[in-house]
Formats: sequence, structure tokens, C-alpha cells
Amino acid sequence: MNKSISRVATAVLVLFGALFVNMNVIALVQADDLANHPANRRLIVREYEITRGPIVVGEHAVAMSTATDGELTYLRTYPEGPRYAHLTGYYSIVLQRSGLEAALNEQLTGRPTQMVAQNLAELLGQRDVAGNAVVLTINPAVQAAAEAALDGREGAVVVIDPNTGSVLASYSNPTFDPNPLSQHDTSAIATAWEQLLADPSRPLLDRALRETYPPGSTFKLIVAAAALEQGRTPLTRFPDERVFDVPQTTADIGNFGGGLCNQGEPLTLEDALRVSCNTVFARLGVDLGADVLVEQAERFGLNRAVPYELSISPSVIPTELDIPQTAQSAIGQRDVRVTPMQMAIVAAAIANDGVIMRPHVVATVRNPEGARVRSGESGRWTDLPGDGRAISSRTAQQLRRTMVETVLRGTATRARIDGVEVGGKTGTAQTGGDPIAWFVGFAGDDLAIAVAVTDEGPDATGGAVAAPIARTVLQAAIDADASTG
Amino acid sequence: MSTPTRPSALRHTEAKLLAGAVAIVAFAGALLAWSMGRELPPSGMVTGVAVAVVAIVAHTAVRAAAPDADPTLLPLAILLNGLGLVLIRRVDLGSASNFAAPQTVWTAVAIGIFCAMLLFLRDIRDLARFQYTFGLATIVLLLLPLVPWITAGVINGAQLWIDVLGMRFQPGEVAKLTMVVFLAGYLERNRQLLAVATQRVGPLLLPAGRHLAPVIAAALLALVIMAGQRDLGSALLVFGTFIAMLYVATGRIAYPVIGGATFLLGTLLVISQFAHVQRRVDIWLDPWVDVQGASYQLVQSLFALGTGGLTGTGLGLGRPQDIPFAATDAIFVVAGEELGLLGTTAFLVTFLLIAARGFRIAQTASDEFSKLVALGLTVTIALQTFVIIGGLTRLVPLTGITLPFVSYGGSSLLANYLIIALLLRISDTSKAIARGRGPDDHTARPSTTPRHPQSATPA
Repeated sequence: MNKSISRVATAVLVLFGALFVNMNVIALVQADDLANHPANRRLIVREYEITRGPIVVGEHAVAMSTATDGELTYLRTYPEGPRYAHLTGYYSIVLQRSGLEAALNEQLTGRPTQMVAQNLAELLGQRDVAGNAVVLTINPAVQAAAEAALDGREGAVVVIDPNTGSVLASYSNPTFDPNPLSQHDTSAIATAWEQLLADPSRPLLDRALRETYPPGSTFKLIVAAAALEQGRTPLTRFPDERVFDVPQTTADIGNFGGGLCNQGEPLTLEDALRVSCNTVFARLGVDLGADVLVEQAERFGLNRAVPYELSISPSVIPTELDIPQTAQSAIGQRDVRVTPMQMAIVAAAIANDGVIMRPHVVATVRNPEGARVRSGESGRWTDLPGDGRAISSRTAQQLRRTMVETVLRGTATRARIDGVEVGGKTGTAQTGGDPIAWFVGFAGDDLAIAVAVTDEGPDATGGAVAAPIARTVLQAAIDADASTG
Repeated sequence: MSTPTRPSALRHTEAKLLAGAVAIVAFAGALLAWSMGRELPPSGMVTGVAVAVVAIVAHTAVRAAAPDADPTLLPLAILLNGLGLVLIRRVDLGSASNFAAPQTVWTAVAIGIFCAMLLFLRDIRDLARFQYTFGLATIVLLLLPLVPWITAGVINGAQLWIDVLGMRFQPGEVAKLTMVVFLAGYLERNRQLLAVATQRVGPLLLPAGRHLAPVIAAALLALVIMAGQRDLGSALLVFGTFIAMLYVATGRIAYPVIGGATFLLGTLLVISQFAHVQRRVDIWLDPWVDVQGASYQLVQSLFALGTGGLTGTGLGLGRPQDIPFAATDAIFVVAGEELGLLGTTAFLVTFLLIAARGFRIAQTASDEFSKLVALGLTVTIALQTFVIIGGLTRLVPLTGITLPFVSYGGSSLLANYLIIALLLRISDTSKAIARGRGPDDHTARPSTTPRHPQSATPA
């Protein structure tokens, strides 16, 4: 019997040995992963003990931390929640962080992200360190005007200062309120989140940065830029055709509405852009060739990751195009896809003498004492073919004049503002559903804008829908600039 | 009547070990009070004083009633019980629950019954005569929670509790003891029949089919528990104890092999047939798919252990409030978070020492019934420890059972102190016989039961 008892004892020893090995694996090998796992509430509680810095627009915080008497020390609130939601993002115990809350976490907490997770002893020494304030380049009046001008329509507005790349407004509609997602009640967060996910209008999607659309006729700016760079002039003449007979295919290209552009008389490149003449640009695209078009588009930033504090979906043009595809792409159809941010960059480059400045939304980072810790990322977007110069100064000037003509006497007359030099190009991109109504342009030397509206029905056009929105927003920017000096 | 007035060297050892255990508990209690409330004694000493009192009472009873008993088991149990009280207090402070006070009361009750057991049960073999009573008691205890006017209803998905005199009690905890006593008696009587191999299956020698019937019956019972109560762990506990006792009684390796295979197949069958068991296994296999839902408890346990790392956060500096069932099922990971791997290893070693002493007592016991009882009780404690720690560390699927002596729970505490009392009684008897002291020398009760120190199985 005793021999059997010894064997049972040995079996128990083996079981305990297995427990001991397993305990070692968890406490030593897996410890870091477990301690830093996003769902580990300990991490959240420690993080919420930090006085997280505010995100500031103009003079006001659009994201701020207020003390609570709950278990989590600070509550994150967004006083103008929906207006800035796609910029600020949310700060949630369940969903973690998004938007600038995620991208600028280190600045806002005042320490590297991984340091929050470190053990209590290390943390005790710096518990009172408050995070930094992040001041944005956003102009509150312009952002508010973008929200008001869209007036509930689905779409996006992006306004950039062409000289610096500072983003003055970046608004996407429909939007969401980050406050319910940032509260401390997990089940209420889950309810709010599920509602947002179930909403067919996809309010969580930032259409300004994260959605790509066919650019339609606004892409003619890039085709025209390529033509001017290749030695054409604004006065180069083209035949006015009802239909451009695209080689190698029966899918020929006609004009918007099916008519002529200039009563059958040859028309200049400038006029073709002003009236947005499809047959001219399709022919021009084929004449220039796919390689030239693609290279010019890439000089403007397509097929590249845009350097920015928030993630931007790359705008794309296929690099291998046959002749029919080239013709289609030249009028902004087929497989060309761009974000509103990308088109604002194109407008800014034209307005800035052909040079692309890096877009950025952070103006400064200030420590709790108000001292500047860091400045925003300004300077040229050098990681481009052409080293940030999209087009020559001469081409920029020629395009600029043409775009001003377009607003004065072309498709974009509804963007006119008295006393200000406004230039632009409209677009109406066919998608199979409602067309995308575009306006891409500038006002004076200091404002570049892109507007896209996607739900105005089958008859929407860039000129009718997007141009007036651009005018309202640009007017607000000009007024705000005048009032602040 | 020669020994009781003069404490033996064993009791001196026990007293010293108890003093050490009480000192550790008192230090831990004071540290916790200081860490969480910056309170110094006296309020930080409450746990230490309470444990000191029960240690003195228990020690006095052992001196009087079992002077030759093993000197380590009681200190080890008091150490676990005392640290359990500190950890339960810790959980209370984190989540405003109130478990420490009732657990202290339960400790006093359990020690009282422990003493009474030692004083009134002078010979473990007295129990053998009532083996069928114990068999019946096992079934009655298991069914009590289903009796309408005393049941506490369904709690956390299982109907395991009764309410008696305002106290909540889990009769199943005591049923484990009565089952061991019943099986020891049954196996002692039938071991030779069960040991006779009459048929050969491959390399294994098996007894006749009818003698295998109880094994099959136990396997089925275990599976019924598993399916009916969502309780893989309890099934493993009951079945493992039974198979270990059967193996020791017969010396036939065929029983654990066949029994293990039957259990495995049965488990697979149950898993395939019952969704709730399947779900537990899924959680075990991959807890990371539903971190906020089904696998919340397991994942929180792993977080606590991982956060604790090697040395832990320190007493009072962790977050037991994040751990579901922190005071009961998951008390071990509360220790893991705040005391680290070093602390949990200390707990594991303490349980291993209890098991080692239990097996030693089984080996040195003077008769087969006592051997089987000691073995069964030891395996019960060891397996229960394995099932809950293994569950919390994802070695096996997680089952909600207590960690002996440490978890909050009166019935569990009581049952485990009864196990210690029985082991002490068995060790006292065998030591006394070995030393030539009559088994009843230290008792005033006239010896009426004839003893069969090496009693063979009846014919």
C-alpha cells in the first residue's frame, strides 16, 4: 500500500510542479504583455490619474480633463463635441483613444505612452506631472462656418493656409459626439458605440481624411498643370468636339450635358478649364501620355502617405494606364481616387507658387506653465518627386489666373466674393449613386479650400452645390482674419 | 494517563511553528493596515490577535487530545487561514465588501469544531463502523441544497448552498469528507476482491466486470456533476480522489488508467453535448476573443498575476476590485498581484507541505482504513488546490471552487479544518502505537472498542 501512496504523492508533486512552472511563465515571461494589455483596467486607472492636457482651438479648449470624485480621477469632456470630433477623437476606457487623443497621447500625458504602464513605484514619483496643452492651427470661426455651410449634408470641407500648410478647418459630416464615448460608464459607452456603428451614414468616418472619392473635373487642374509643364500655354488651342473618339475602345467621352464647349470653334486650354470641357481634357490626357499624368499627380502628393498628425488615406492614380484608362483618368473618372485633404493640398500648391507645404494641425505644444515645448511640423513636404515643388512658378501663376477666370466667368461663379481674388475649379464626379460635387480653390494668397458633397441627389453639380459652400467658408475666414487684425 | 500533563517534544515544535505562523500573519495584517489607511496598531493588529487566539485554543486542544500528532499540519493550516483573513480584509478595503468579519467568525466556529472533533473522536476506526451512514450522508448532503425550505437558491449559476440559522452553508464541502470516509470503509472491505485480476486487456489486468461497476458508477456520478452543475473542477476532484483511493487500496494501475480514460472520454462527450461546458473549454483554449465578456474572470486573473510579476505591487497597492470573486474563487490571484510570484510560490509550497505531511501520515498509519482515509483527505486538499490554482492560471478550465483555508467561505474552512483534525488523529494514533503508548492512554474514556491495529480485510 505504501508504494502506491508514494506513487500518488509523486503524481500530486507533478501536478504542483506544473502549477509552479505555469505561474512562472505568467509572472515572468508574459508579465509585460499582461500588465500592458489594453483591457487591463489597472493601466487605465493609472492613466486617468494624470492631468491630461487640453486640446485648444483659438482661445478655448475643445478637449479638456475635469476632476471627478469617481474611481477614475479625471473625466475627458469635449465642449463642442461634434464640431471637432474627427479632429480630437475620443478618449475612452473601453475604446481607448482615437484622433488627436491617440496621435498626441505622449504630449497630452506629458510622458511617453509606455511609461504610464510602468510599475507603481516609478509612477509615484511623477504622479503630479500634468500633461501638455496642444494648441491647434484650426480657426474656430472657419471650422464653425464649415459645419454651418454643409448644413447637414454629407461631405467634407478642408481649409489650408497655402503659405504654411496650417490646417484652418477640417470638418466632416455626419459627425459624432465624443462625450458619450469618453464617459466612465462602460455599458453606456457600449450603447453609444453600437449606435454609431449601426448608423448607415457612418458618422465615425472622417470624410476629410479617410474617404477617397473620384475627383471628377477637379482633376483637370492636374492635367492642365502637366500640360503647362510640358510646354503648352493657356492659349494653346484645341478642337471643340462633341465626342472625343477614344482610341482602342468604343466607350467614347462626351461633354457634360452632351453638347459642345465653344459652339464648335477651337478653344484655348484656359477656356477649356474654365468651362470644364471633357473632350479637350480627355484628348490632352492621351496626348500627354499616362506617364506624364501620373508623374504630375505624384508631384502633387498622390500615391503617397501624406505626412500629418492624423492618418490620411493615400489618394491614388494607377501607375499603369492604357489609352482608354488615361482618357478617363484625365477627366477624373475611372480609378483615380482622392481625399478632400489631397485636393486642398493641390489648391494650396497652386496658390503657393507651386510649392507644397507639409499640412499640419498642431500649432504648438505648451507645458502646464504655458511655455512652448514644441512647434508644429511646418516646412516643405519634401518627400515628393520634385522635392515639394509640384509645378513651376510660371505654371502656378498661369493656373491661378485660369482658376480666377473660372470663378469670374466659368463653372464656379457661385464662389465669387466681392473684393477678393477667388479662384477655383468645380467637379461633378459620377459614382453610380449620387455624384460627388466638388469645389477646389483659393481666396487671396492665404486660403486654399476643398469641398466635397456626396448626398445632394442625382442632379448635384460642383458649381451649384460645392461652390456656394466654399464661398461661405472662405468669407468666414476672411472676416475672422479682418476682425483679429 | 502519563503524557498529557507533560507536553511532548512534538508539541513544543508545534508551538514554535504556530508562533512563527501567527507572527507572519500579524506582520501581514499590520502591513496592510498601514499601507491602506496609514493605521498603526492597535487597529492593524486585529487579524494577528484573532489568529493568535485561535492558534492557542487549537494548540491546547491538540495537546490535550492528540499529544503525539504531527506538529506541522496545524501551523500550516493556521498560516494559510491567517493570510487568507488578511487577503480577504484586503479585498474588503478595495471594494467596500464585508467578508473579513464573517470569515473571522467562521474561523472561530471551525476551530471550535476542530477541537470538538479531536476531543470526541479518539479512534478513527470508530468511523469505519458507520461507513454506510457516511455513504448515505454524502448523498443527503449533496441533495440538501435542493430541499425547498432551506435552499439558498441559485447563486452564480449553481444551486450549492443552504441557509441555516442565518448562515449560508455549502453542504458539498462536507460531503467530500463523508465520501472519503465511506470509500475508505468500502475499499477496506472489498480491496481483495477488487485487486483480483481475472481478465486481461492488453497489458492491463482487470478484475471481473461486476467489481468494476463502482468505478463506472463513480465516473458517471462525476460526469453528472459536471454536466448538471457546470462544474468540471468538482468532477475532477471527486473522481480523482476516488481513483487515487481505489489505486492505493488495490495496487492495480489498471484503475487509474481505465478510470482516466473513461473520465477523458466522458469529458469529451459532455463537452460535445452541453453548450455551457463547451463554452468553458472555449474560454480556456482562447480567453482573448471575448475579454470583456465570457472570459472576463480568467483574463482579469491573468492581468492581476502579470501585473504582480515577481515581487508584486505590495500589500494594499493592487486592484483586487477588478477581479471577479476576489475573496472566494480568485483569492490566489489577489495574492499574486500584491505579493508576486514569490508570494504565490510560498502559498504553493505551504500546500505542498500539507500534502507531503498527509501522504506521510497515510504511509505510517497503523491500519488500512486509516491509510485510506488519510490518503483520500490529502488528495482532496491537494486536488482542490490544483483545480483552483490551475484554473486561475489557465492550466485547466476555470471552476469556481475555494482555495482551501485561504478563500472566503465558512463551509470550506470548516471542512478543511475537519480534514486536519482527522489527519492529526490518525498520526497521533500511529505514533502512539509505534511508541508503545496505548491508543487510549491519554483519554479518560474507558476503552470499549477492541483495536485492530493491523486489521486485515474481513473474510
